[in-house]
Amino acid sequence: MARLTLSFITLLALTLSTTPVAAQSFLNGDWVGTFHEDQPERGPGPELGDYLGIPVNAAGRQYADSWDASRLTLPEHQCRAHVSPYIYRGPIRVRITEEIDPGTQTVVAIKHFLSTYAQERTIWLDGRPHPPEEAPHTWMGFSTGEWQGRVLKVHTTHIKQGWHRRNGIPMSAKATMTEYFIRHDNVLTQVSITEDPVFLEEPLVKTTNLLLDAATTPNQYQAWLFCQADDEVPGRDPAYVPHHLPGKNPFLTEFAALHGLPVPPTRGGAETMYPQYMDKVKTMPIPAPPARR
Amino acid sequence: MLKQILVVAAAVIIGALSAHVDGRAQSGAPVSPPRREGGLYTMPVQGNVHVIIGAGSNIAVQVGSLGPILVDTGTEQNADAVLAAVRQLTNRPVRNIINTHSHADHVGGNEKVGASGAPISGRGVAVVGAGTVARAEIIAHEETLNRMSAPAGSQAPTPVIAWPTSTFSGKHKEFYYNGEGVQIVHFPSAHTDGDSIVFFRRSDVIATGDVYSTVSYPIIDAQRGGSIQGVLDGLNQLLDLVISGEKTEGGTMLIPGHGRISDEADLVEYRDMTTIIRDRVQDMVNRGMTLAQVQAARPTMEYDGLYGAAPGWSATQFVEALYRGLKPVK
Repeated sequence: MARLTLSFITLLALTLSTTPVAAQSFLNGDWVGTFHEDQPERGPGPELGDYLGIPVNAAGRQYADSWDASRLTLPEHQCRAHVSPYIYRGPIRVRITEEIDPGTQTVVAIKHFLSTYAQERTIWLDGRPHPPEEAPHTWMGFSTGEWQGRVLKVHTTHIKQGWHRRNGIPMSAKATMTEYFIRHDNVLTQVSITEDPVFLEEPLVKTTNLLLDAATTPNQYQAWLFCQADDEVPGRDPAYVPHHLPGKNPFLTEFAALHGLPVPPTRGGAETMYPQYMDKVKTMPIPAPPARR
Repeated sequence: MLKQILVVAAAVIIGALSAHVDGRAQSGAPVSPPRREGGLYTMPVQGNVHVIIGAGSNIAVQVGSLGPILVDTGTEQNADAVLAAVRQLTNRPVRNIINTHSHADHVGGNEKVGASGAPISGRGVAVVGAGTVARAEIIAHEETLNRMSAPAGSQAPTPVIAWPTSTFSGKHKEFYYNGEGVQIVHFPSAHTDGDSIVFFRRSDVIATGDVYSTVSYPIIDAQRGGSIQGVLDGLNQLLDLVISGEKTEGGTMLIPGHGRISDEADLVEYRDMTTIIRDRVQDMVNRGMTLAQVQAARPTMEYDGLYGAAPGWSATQFVEALYRGLKPVK
């Protein structure tokens, strides 16, 4: 009985004592995206005019409606990276490592090296404050984290303007993100909650799963992004910015027509995220499919 | 035996609690907060260049063994705090002030900050009506001096002692100072008709004045010679000068007249926004719409959450300035 008691107390104490230490290291490793969620959007890319499930507000919708994919041909846009609230849904590998304080051997920061655009992200765990508002913004932003049991909670600010979906739905530089990194065996789930007071009606919540990949080789990472922009349209006025004037974008109903969907849900908005919206959709007229050529 | 158990258990539990405390503390040197002085604060930007935030406009400070250069001086009421902020960066006297344009939030501290300094020549600076005095040189485009001064017998908008003491009338002025080339480039008829940007070439930092801001639509001071086309030309010229760093961020850094430190990716969003709204208003003007109709169409709508809340320069004012600038004069 005494031996059993000792074993129990020891086990309990060891569990308590090792939780933070284990939590500090158990995310380390090479992780690879699984793509079982939203594959058409994440691989080939979203279709023009598909705002389904994004809580985009009127401002974000107008921005997306006037967005022209040719914007990406401008030299200043060709080499842009994805922002941190979007990049984990890309064709991604993530190598998670730690920065250790050599004096105390505690973890100062968790590092993510993301294969997409070779982005490096630092999640500070040392209690440092976020920079002042006027500090530069970056693709990955400035992140601080804390352990909540075995879940890593991360808060990110100072992110550059990017997109919530890469068909023109914008993410503003005022957006902030809260994430939870949760590991179950060989699956790492990232829950991201992006708040964007400029372009979203409600927070955008996403989950993304990654699998531990023990057989990763270095060449599976894009070791360096060396992008040199070129004039893709020779002779074009360098001051030209492609966009659609309000009401002139011919592609906005193409998605609905091709997939036999009513138009309103394709326009997005917070309402379109919730299951009860389906009842409303069932009452909506479906536009005629495009004529066969 | 029970005693042994309790001793072992107690030791393990104490160890456990200690580990928890360490785990929460996550020790490591915290980042120093920005240095604050009288409500202002300074941040390093890159190389020799720092920025003073909160003085009414952003102030770039290039430091070095020869003494600092300031790009703009903020508002008059913040001048003492600006000097205190500069002293946190260097104990050398201010040698040169470069004014990006004539507005009071950028030149208001000229008098006090200038008086605290001394020119590098040691000969003093010629000031109208005051002979040669020991103070910092104030450099600006000639149109900026014209806007700050007035013909003899008229009331000048700014005191003589705050006027630029060294002007240039061409496209640019350049000199080598504190180990790097300093290039002042004039953008004609942009925010005003006297705009200059200041490029610290080794530091790879550009102080843009009010041609670029992260917190407002482009302010077009038509009464002082500003124009939408001049702003767009200026923004595109800036894009030609900046080179983004590795992974398309950093590289040439920009200190806007107001707002956050930026790089090319931020600047291009601002250029795109300005171009798109210009194109929309131009289209509406071409279709014969009245100003009221253009305002009702809200051509800035999706950008208002980013740029529409600037004190003294609303989206409505911006659209009106565009409309009046783009509508053909009969």
